[in-house]
Amino acid sequence: MLGLIGKKIGMTQIFDEDGTCIPVSVIHAGPCPIVQVKTVEKDGYNAVQLAFEEIRPTRANLPSIGHFKAAGLPPYRYIQEFKVENPEEYEKGKLIDVGIFEEAKKVDVAGKSKGRGFQGVIKRHGFHGGRKTHGGHAHRIPGSIGMAAYPGRVMKGQKLPGRMGHVRFQTRNLKVVEVDMENNLLLVRGAVPGARNTVLRLTVAP
Amino acid sequence: MDIIEQLSAKGMKESVPEFSIGDTVRIDVKVVEGKRERKQAFQGTVIQRKGSGIHATFTVRKVSQGVGVERVFPLHSPIVSAIKVIRRGKVRRAKLYYLRKLKGKAARITEKTER
Repeated sequence: MLGLIGKKIGMTQIFDEDGTCIPVSVIHAGPCPIVQVKTVEKDGYNAVQLAFEEIRPTRANLPSIGHFKAAGLPPYRYIQEFKVENPEEYEKGKLIDVGIFEEAKKVDVAGKSKGRGFQGVIKRHGFHGGRKTHGGHAHRIPGSIGMAAYPGRVMKGQKLPGRMGHVRFQTRNLKVVEVDMENNLLLVRGAVPGARNTVLRLTVAP
Repeated sequence: MDIIEQLSAKGMKESVPEFSIGDTVRIDVKVVEGKRERKQAFQGTVIQRKGSGIHATFTVRKVSQGVGVERVFPLHSPIVSAIKVIRRGKVRRAKLYYLRKLKGKAARITEKTER
């Protein structure tokens, strides 16, 4: 499904005509040039490679400069691939902009969530914790993590404290509130993963 | 952040009458009944103002038939069509939550007079 690369700008709210307040995420989406068109015959699958955020040539390494040069483009910071069904419709160097979401009612937004650092089981996995009073001492600890001599080990996948966040998350079926072609902005209802300036992958919701 | 500010500014009212905590205000609230639209007045004391920019809200408290009624209005919401200050109040708190426990004479607020 064709999509776009974007950046989270932040959140605000807008009022619609009957006074309902809609919380919106503002995303700077595209315009993304097509760097490469992949086809079944040549690459084994159909896809377009899109780039986002131009950089100075001194900031890019030579292989990537060469890769962009093949499409007649200056170097860009981010590259992502989007699967398409008919690659012959796309041409190298052409721009894809936020207009692709104009007809879409809903979009999926994926990106890296905010890093939370090392967190306990209550915050990280939603454990309930122990009693705070009546002699309880196991306030926020995980409790038992397994059985006894058999199996004599901790099962794989046991939920324990550890690093939380900074992993890819996808928020699905966000309603498109507004498409601003002039400033390349996309307004969707609700929150999207990550902090401000997080790179986001936007696709039309299936 | 300026993109956010620009977008917020689009949804904000150009001018909002000046009013503060303790003031008695009358709010004209747009009510849609089927296809008809009319204005309903809500009169009471402002006991709270909160937030900034487009997120700003205020709470109006009134006592209706012996029952305290509080309504939170988003300041820039289109349903708040008019805010009229009826009486300026002299208060020493930013939030007048203490009024919830008082009634009758004790719940009065003295009028602010210009010096």
